[in-house]
Amino acid sequence: MRSIYLDNNATTRVDPAVLDAMLPFFCEKFGNAASRSHHYGWEAEEAVEAARGQVARVIGADSKEIIFTSGATEGNNIAIKGIAAMYAEKGKHVITQVTEHKAVIDPCKYLEQHGYRVTIMPVDKYGLVDLNELSDAMTDDTILVSIMHGNNEIGTLQPVAEIGRLCKQRGVIFHTDCCQTFGKVPIDVEAMGIDLLTCSAHKIHGPKGVGALYVRRKKPRVRCEAVIHGGGHERGMRSGTLNVPGIVGLGKAAEICWEHRDTEPKQLMALRDRLRSGLESRLDEVYLNGHPTQRTPNNLNLSFAYVEGESMMMGFNDIAVSSGSACTSASLEPSYVLKALGVGDELAHSSIRFSVSRFNTIEEIDYTIERVARAVNHLRGMSPLYEMAKDGVDLSKVEWAHH
Amino acid sequence: MAYSDKVVEHYERPRNVGTLDKNSDRVGTGIVGAPECGDVMRIQIEVDEDLNIVDAKFKTFGCGSAIASSSLATEWLKGRKLDEALEIKNTEIVKELALPPVKIHCSVLAEDSIRAAVADLKQKLRKNGVLPADENEVAAASN
Repeated sequence: MRSIYLDNNATTRVDPAVLDAMLPFFCEKFGNAASRSHHYGWEAEEAVEAARGQVARVIGADSKEIIFTSGATEGNNIAIKGIAAMYAEKGKHVITQVTEHKAVIDPCKYLEQHGYRVTIMPVDKYGLVDLNELSDAMTDDTILVSIMHGNNEIGTLQPVAEIGRLCKQRGVIFHTDCCQTFGKVPIDVEAMGIDLLTCSAHKIHGPKGVGALYVRRKKPRVRCEAVIHGGGHERGMRSGTLNVPGIVGLGKAAEICWEHRDTEPKQLMALRDRLRSGLESRLDEVYLNGHPTQRTPNNLNLSFAYVEGESMMMGFNDIAVSSGSACTSASLEPSYVLKALGVGDELAHSSIRFSVSRFNTIEEIDYTIERVARAVNHLRGMSPLYEMAKDGVDLSKVEWAHH
Repeated sequence: MAYSDKVVEHYERPRNVGTLDKNSDRVGTGIVGAPECGDVMRIQIEVDEDLNIVDAKFKTFGCGSAIASSSLATEWLKGRKLDEALEIKNTEIVKELALPPVKIHCSVLAEDSIRAAVADLKQKLRKNGVLPADENEVAAASN
């Protein structure tokens, strides 16, 4: 049996309509969008420009402000390193926050090794950045603030409009990683004061290996130094022959999200909330990670106290999810995002991230509730911590024999 | 990660899950690990008058390999002489369960839990005069 896929914050199934849109661009319309001398090139360019428009519309941008990339990691690298290089004479201070994706954290760390100062803002227990602290962190030397819209692990939505306003007041460029919100949460680059925005196709039922970067062209005109050189494609900011089929797929995926913008997020929320209430009605001591209301529509991150994440997933191995537990990570460290919330490492070890998509059904959610509840009860039956807690032992006061 | 059939089997049908009376003079309890590390293992053993291990129980918070390691350990403990308990080595657990390198620490936890349980019980037995109050003998037994 194919397992139920509830890991849509990691990646998504390609929508068949997206694949259909892409297919002609492999064997028939295979031209290079930069070829100006023949029909093959023209039709490829036309398709790319149509996709630019489809992406731009979702975020209230002009299609000229969209640059195609190989995905969000590249987009974030161009935004952060490209801005830092372009505006180095203006200042050498960059601000980000602790729960960003590594594709933002690591470019910032790279800058730190190359003479820039980087401030990594803390977050509160819901994963939110404090606006006053952010304002205080800005100096005359600050050139860039990079703060994500929706968090990939815990779903928390940062107050991007307020951050954008703050950045405008201080003349600081604002970049936001919108991988988890593009096509799912309303975004308007004008209303939100966003200067650069990263998104990715494979999070919205498009193909892997393609994404887009929005770079503001006026009020103010933002310029990015290239990270990849050669050919001067994409207004010189991203050289390389355009991935036409991928770009067409991204455009189509964006269009589908846009067309269903009034209904689909509500459907995702309904599935997510059904899962949460179903689990909470069957199990005690289930804790929500992230913000209770300000969160992406498809993310549910729960900690099931006294049981460990990897062992839980073993109990419902026909359901694909992910965990913040150390055992599931290559580093054997629990999730740095959950750690940043201060919820305690033990709750990070007990966390499961469920993320739904348009392809999930109510039946799948109900099956998941039963399977997860059974696994958690099975494991709590053999958990010394659950027994101690039920006996009234305060686990935080126990002196553990650290291993 | 794919688990070995034996790990899955112990996970699905764990042996000897439960709790012995930790206040009993004939029960030794070993708890190792910490919640924030993602592993807490408790192994308990009970001996008869001749110091044969007549019962062993475990409870474990941890991954499937940690659960399987402690489940297997209780199986191996039952029927042994108390002094033979310390002959169970983590390497044997690794071999039996086909644990990958990243899960070796689970087997080490099981061995450490056994040691802690035996030490706890021997302390009680010495206190009650069942065993002589001789540290050397304890050291010899654990070698």
